Amino acid sequence: MKLLLVGEYRDAGLAAEVAGLFGFARLLDAEVSMVLVGREADLPAFEGRLWLADVDTYGEYAPDRHKSLVLEAARREAPDAVVLLHSSYGWDLAPRVAAALNAALVSGVTGLDDGGYVVECCNGKMRRTVRPLTEPVVLTLQPGAFGQDALNGSPEIRYLEADGETSIECLGFSRPETGIDLSHAVAIVSAGRGIGSKEHLGLVRALADALGAEVGASRPVVDAGWLERARQVGMSGQNVSPGLYVACGISGSIQHLAGMKGSGFVLAINTDSQAPIGNVADVLVVADLVDFLPLLTAQLASRC
Amino acid sequence: MWFPSIRMISWMNILVCVKQVPDMEGRFVPNTDESWHEESGLAWRMNDHDTFAVEQALLLREQLKGGATVTVLSIGAARVVETIRKSLAMGCVHGVHIEDPMACERDPWQIASMIAGFARQRKFDLVFTGMQSEDRCSAQVGVLVAERLGYVCVTGIIAFAWQDAAITVERELEGGRRCTVRLKVPALLTCQPGLNTPRYPTLPFIMKSKRAVIEVLLPESVGLDEPKVSSRGFRAAERKAPVVVLEGESKRLAVEVVSLLEQRGVVTGRGGVR
Ligand SMILES: Cc1cc2nc3c(=O)[nH]c(=O)nc-3n(C[C@H](O)[C@H](O)[C@H](O)COP(=O)(O)OP(=O)(O)OC[C@H]3O[C@@H](n4cnc5c(N)ncnc54)[C@H](O)[C@@H]3O)c2cc1C
Ligand SMILES: Nc1ncnc2c1ncn2[C@@H]1O[C@H](COP(=O)(O)O)[C@@H](O)[C@H]1O
Repeated sequence: MKLLLVGEYRDAGLAAEVAGLFGFARLLDAEVSMVLVGREADLPAFEGRLWLADVDTYGEYAPDRHKSLVLEAARREAPDAVVLLHSSYGWDLAPRVAAALNAALVSGVTGLDDGGYVVECCNGKMRRTVRPLTEPVVLTLQPGAFGQDALNGSPEIRYLEADGETSIECLGFSRPETGIDLSHAVAIVSAGRGIGSKEHLGLVRALADALGAEVGASRPVVDAGWLERARQVGMSGQNVSPGLYVACGISGSIQHLAGMKGSGFVLAINTDSQAPIGNVADVLVVADLVDFLPLLTAQLASRC
Repeated sequence: MWFPSIRMISWMNILVCVKQVPDMEGRFVPNTDESWHEESGLAWRMNDHDTFAVEQALLLREQLKGGATVTVLSIGAARVVETIRKSLAMGCVHGVHIEDPMACERDPWQIASMIAGFARQRKFDLVFTGMQSEDRCSAQVGVLVAERLGYVCVTGIIAFAWQDAAITVERELEGGRRCTVRLKVPALLTCQPGLNTPRYPTLPFIMKSKRAVIEVLLPESVGLDEPKVSSRGFRAAERKAPVVVLEGESKRLAVEVVSLLEQRGVVTGRGGVR
């Protein structure tokens, strides 16, 4: 099996999750080459051909140009699969490549199974196995699903050029201020959409106080304006690893888990016993948080 | 002499694609060949991301002082008409239903073939879709439609502005970083939560939506491609750790949880975290 990996250069550096692409290739015992819009000073270590285009020329986000580059590398390599990360870069680019190749695209692969690829569905609650019916196939891999092993070797660089036209003008990058650093918190109590209304935040705060914990949130709570954006935990928020993480009314989507799976002890409170947060929780309490949180807070307080 | 005022686009023809999905808190049971799930016992609603797409189309129409038509399209079984009516109740004008009872088994390529086939006939300037559907989680359909139509496409937008016939959007990246991008129509944008605050339906529109005639089309009339993938083994996610699941009376649960936390040394006897 021959894979063309699509590397990813993000925020002035090679994205760390790129290691997962090689982990996947190792699992398949595949021959690899990579195409990367990046910089010669910061290259992945591996044995194989590296089709390199300069990020200053082709931009960090210019998907139509990047598509041409990937297609050009695919034409030279004739791979069985073109493999990207299921990241903001990868899910944007992969369907463009698949459409041009008239190929099947399997998104968010987390494993291999029975001649197919395992993907999540129903917001992480369920799984299924998807089999491509075409060759080649385009895949996006869930970041972190295939290991983060250190790489070694030195690639054989081939410089790549493609049509420089783009109809998407990138005006620049920004990062909203955070101000709240949850990454060193010893305990975090996070509120999810399951709290139902802003009024119930008080229950979450009271529990956090009883535990000496910080308050965190899932994304819908932040989007609704119930808590500051700086408290968002997850892929597009903060990465946290407290000793105790309490998830109140959080379903456990892959994007939320991405930010808290390094936590020590995970306590989840959810009315749905099947909620995917159960896949990472140490204890899942099946209860309505409106009833349960005050009782838990009272019980904690009564111990002193 | 009279000069007409020059405007690039005097009327915007906007399409919003909405998908009806099951409520994710429901119980999913595999169907007989395990390709997907049974439909019985589930509650249905609009895909969360698509509510932001609907809202953005309506906001733009308001900015253009009504100089736009907002068409909403959904592909699926007869039940999806409810979701189309929900969009009309929010303020969309035309509802189109591609009636396909097999839609939930179709892969993104096939769904995109139908949407693109339809859109090509109607010449839309701007198409809004959700970034991904909650049940399939594929994040493919929007981009595939754009590629088929040859439209400019940006995924995962969390800010949108229209000025002087150009669109400026922000894309969300890892760690909350953002990328600002400018483009021109014809374009397709896939929407992320956080883009806006979807409105609630209002009574006059609810009344209108009930009476509205929804255009019904068949998959063959817009073009339906062969699938590119097959799906099997629909199952619950395997649990990594043997999770302790506690159920029962809340007071007793609270006592149990605290003693568990103490046992595992997560909290100490004195309150506060270790
Ligand atoms: C590109 C991208 C980036 C993203 N980044 C992030 C991110 O950084 N962080 C993040 O959190 N999300 C992120 N998301 C969103 C993510 O996909 C989910 O939509 C989100 O995490 C869901 O939040 P939630 O669990 O609070 O809500 P839901 O998924 O709606 O879950 C609510 C839960 O509450 C439970 N519940 C309901 N009522 C009660 C009650 N009374 N008592 C107890 N439980 C109750 C329900 O059973 C359900 O499990 C991102 C998505 C995308 C596409
Ligand atoms: N059956 C459908 N009818 C209308 N729009 C759809 C349908 N399926 C997917 N879409 C659109 O495509 C987006 C992405 O879906 P997906 O690629 O399945 O994650 C959704 O948010 C919808 O806007």
